[in-house]
Amino acid sequence: MPQPAKGARLGGSPSHERHILSNLATSLFEHGRITTTHAKARRLRPFAERLITKAKKGDMHNRRQVLTVVRDKSIVHRLFTEIGPQFAERPGGYTRITKIGNRKGDNAPMAVIELVTGAVAASTSSRRAARRTARAEAIEAANAAAAEETAAHSHDEEAAEEAKETTAEVEETTEAVTTEATEDGKPETGDKA
Amino acid sequence: MAVPKRKMSRSNTRSRRAQWKTAAPALVNCQQCRNPKLPHIACSTCGTYNRRQVIEPSA
Repeated sequence: MPQPAKGARLGGSPSHERHILSNLATSLFEHGRITTTHAKARRLRPFAERLITKAKKGDMHNRRQVLTVVRDKSIVHRLFTEIGPQFAERPGGYTRITKIGNRKGDNAPMAVIELVTGAVAASTSSRRAARRTARAEAIEAANAAAAEETAAHSHDEEAAEEAKETTAEVEETTEAVTTEATEDGKPETGDKA
Repeated sequence: MAVPKRKMSRSNTRSRRAQWKTAAPALVNCQQCRNPKLPHIACSTCGTYNRRQVIEPSA
């Protein structure tokens, strides 16, 4: 039994839908990023990615199959020579859809669909391992810093007491030094806590 | 075809329409510019989503 395509039906007839999708795919490969309605972007994503997979294979049979959809030979050439090799390392997920809010005229939800650029992100497991090592290092660094601070803090207190004794005779300077000493003491206690 | 037998009173009409209320949209703060924006949608102020520039801000 035939399975209906996922997502919204586009246009008024099956042929109209095919034309819409092929025109959208052509524009996407021509410009790299296009703004369209969210429903059309969601239909376009698997359609365009299938074409890119064919472009990655790159032989004559696949090129003829793509040419039945994207009629413009220059764009197909660009797809097979630039876009396909650009995604050689990427195992699927060649496009990205970002919602950009509703259109002014008819309040239709709009989206930007674009070809993904940049390096392939590491897999989830390796990312998790990297995060764990980073966290362990951060904890070690924090412990070391805390130990240094406690040493420095006790030293500061002694200095403040000495300052109080020496400047007890002159009131103005005493106030200034004690305020300085308390100011020095406050942030460190805050860090410790 | 079924049709209303009586005219609907002003009171009944107004009571029904008193239930038409708007709800304030849920907003979150943009990671980039801290302005309120709709969740899961690019910021309309700075045009970024997940700190990635998606659209040119509409000034």
